[in-house]
Amino acid sequence: MVGNISRRNMAALQTLARRCSTSIFKRHFSVSSPVAAQMTVRDALNTAMNEEMKRDESVFLLGEEVAEYDGAYKVSRGLWRKYGDKRVMDTPITEMGFAGIAVGAAMAGLKPICEFMTFNFSMQAIDQVINSAAKTFYMSAGKQTVPIVFRGPNGAAAGVAAQHSQCFAAWYGHCPGLKVVSPYSSEDAKGLLKSAIRDPNPVVCMENELMYGTAFEMSDEAMSEEFLVPIGKAKIEREGTHCTLVSHSKSVGLCLEAAQILEKENIFCEVINLRTIRPMDEETLINSVKKTNHLVTVEGGWPQFGVGAEIVAKVMESDAFDYLDSPVYRVTGADIPMPYAATLERATLPGTQDVVLTVKKSLHIQ
Amino acid sequence: MLSCAARLVRAQIQSKPTACWVVAARGYADIVDEATFTTNEYALHKLDEGPSQTVTVTRDDALKYYRQMQTIRRMETAAGNLYKSKVIRGFCHLYSGQEACAVGMEAALTPDDHVITAYRAHGWTYTRGVPPVNILAELTGRKTGCAKGKGGSMHMYGKNFYGGNGIVGAQVPLGAGIALALKYTGSNNVCVALYGDGAANQGQVFETYNMAKLWDLPVIFVCENNGYGMGTAVERASASTDYYTRGDYVPGIRADGMDVLAVREATRFAAEWCRSGKGPVILEVATYRYSGHSMSDPGTSYRPREEIQEMRKTRDPITGLREKLISANIATAEEMKQIDLDVRAEIDKAVEQAKTDPELPVEEMYTDIFVDEPPFKVRGTNPFMYGMSK
Repeated sequence: MVGNISRRNMAALQTLARRCSTSIFKRHFSVSSPVAAQMTVRDALNTAMNEEMKRDESVFLLGEEVAEYDGAYKVSRGLWRKYGDKRVMDTPITEMGFAGIAVGAAMAGLKPICEFMTFNFSMQAIDQVINSAAKTFYMSAGKQTVPIVFRGPNGAAAGVAAQHSQCFAAWYGHCPGLKVVSPYSSEDAKGLLKSAIRDPNPVVCMENELMYGTAFEMSDEAMSEEFLVPIGKAKIEREGTHCTLVSHSKSVGLCLEAAQILEKENIFCEVINLRTIRPMDEETLINSVKKTNHLVTVEGGWPQFGVGAEIVAKVMESDAFDYLDSPVYRVTGADIPMPYAATLERATLPGTQDVVLTVKKSLHIQ
Repeated sequence: MLSCAARLVRAQIQSKPTACWVVAARGYADIVDEATFTTNEYALHKLDEGPSQTVTVTRDDALKYYRQMQTIRRMETAAGNLYKSKVIRGFCHLYSGQEACAVGMEAALTPDDHVITAYRAHGWTYTRGVPPVNILAELTGRKTGCAKGKGGSMHMYGKNFYGGNGIVGAQVPLGAGIALALKYTGSNNVCVALYGDGAANQGQVFETYNMAKLWDLPVIFVCENNGYGMGTAVERASASTDYYTRGDYVPGIRADGMDVLAVREATRFAAEWCRSGKGPVILEVATYRYSGHSMSDPGTSYRPREEIQEMRKTRDPITGLREKLISANIATAEEMKQIDLDVRAEIDKAVEQAKTDPELPVEEMYTDIFVDEPPFKVRGTNPFMYGMSK
């Protein structure tokens, strides 16, 4: 009987049937089932910038190809058409110069969003980010603020080789005076970027190119114009009891996949999405480790002096140390410049098998 | 042996400004209200007209400039002595000899214009409105310093004054960014972004020229050419030492940086240019520093003592102004002597305070990291030591 009925009609029929049955047995208000909104990370970032530019005249975007090209990765699509030359500015290929100009504009009271086409190019401008932006409030003993956001894709993409694949979370996370965020989902991207733009301090927002096209469900709250994700607070993406997995950016997805695989073997992992690299949410980490007694950090960046290394140090020095039943292990990118060939590249970045293996090692399981 | 800029300044000695007209005179011994002088020539780049060589100054303004330059000179001398007695530490770059630049430019700007410079910043911090006592106390690291002792010599800030920057050349894009903000908000004000002959070769300076010109930013790029980038004379560092032309498509002016009235006139021209929406302009001021690059540099290993002495004797900006004012009957030697004494007393008092005021309590080291942030724990030097950033 169900034969040729389309899925949509089927759902409608089922709803109707449900309503009929409930209306027979009790009175209630008619409620339509909510269809969850879906949004890609790209659109979430675009929406964040659009909303903040609409809200505050002093917010403007500058960077290479952000205006007429609609953004190298289309993150700023439509913004130039809507806001014009004054608020969406294409820059020449001169990172040190335009990052400095952006910092100067922030010092003089505007709220620039300075896009680096990728964070690899931010190395050319890193003096402006650290010495001119991050340190100035301190050096001036609170007289001079720098309300700037530096954003762009960070870490590995696909097949772009060594000079275009570095993760800068550890480099920027190292510096006092900077806030550093690393969104994973669309909700993260929208909420963190909005918070970053509203924050009167310099914020580095590290996105991920491979996530731009990924769609996530967005709650009603997340769709609203006032939706903010607080900087400095991690999110527990999945609760668990046996082992804590902590990660940021795209690697959070990896952890969730690994957790699903491990669940089949009755190993329940707690997955923490850091959301913010600096200031890092130590409290959430420590509480989780106290609960699970095992910790594995997962990141795409290099192992030495990385985000995982910092987490290990933090846990060692905290009272969570006494709760550990295993050393803290790190899953990271391989300690090599990124190769181009597909097989080699795949082997350079952590996969679910790396996380699964390391969790099992932590739990002393074969 | 003489540096290019020194040669330039020396060449101008041949045409040292002497001509003046008395505008309103009643009698031989009477002081006049105003006087006019002729400056040395300006060099122009991509400009059909330039600043006027005929400059007029009122008595009040003249005495103000004199006092300001003398204050900077005394303050810098005091700083040098404090450094030698180890009360000032680290870096200390003195402005002595370059006073006419800061004072002359400030004379053509308003407090609503914006200024950013590099690390030879004490003179500018003063002309931008920070009292000498707060400058000296910052140098000695006290809590009454303009950055509470947290910044030191190279990181002093004030209203519409963005320091004080330690990284050579970094302040130039910052200055253009400030100008961008001024244009963005529809302001009629300009930003003056200063740098030295050494910084003039920095890549980011050229990146900034490009964007400033593309976007018509109201920024005056000022090259304070004192002939030496640390210990390297300009002709050993720059393939072209005509810094006012280095902007290529950006028009430029070179002026005599030892003549406060010439600097004022050139700045007036440059500011008018920017304010009228014509975009950026470069102003090179040929000046000279008596001290070494910083207090760690005696300043005599790369230039002859005779050169320094000759500059002091024949091209000193303060002496030069004094002589002008006396010969034009616009001020007396006695009243300028009184100004000297007043300034000395003010600086001596400031020095005492800078030596005796307390430093910040150590807990304060954890503050001023973020603005508008609820208090958070900041790690100290061991895992058991934390401060609160309030």
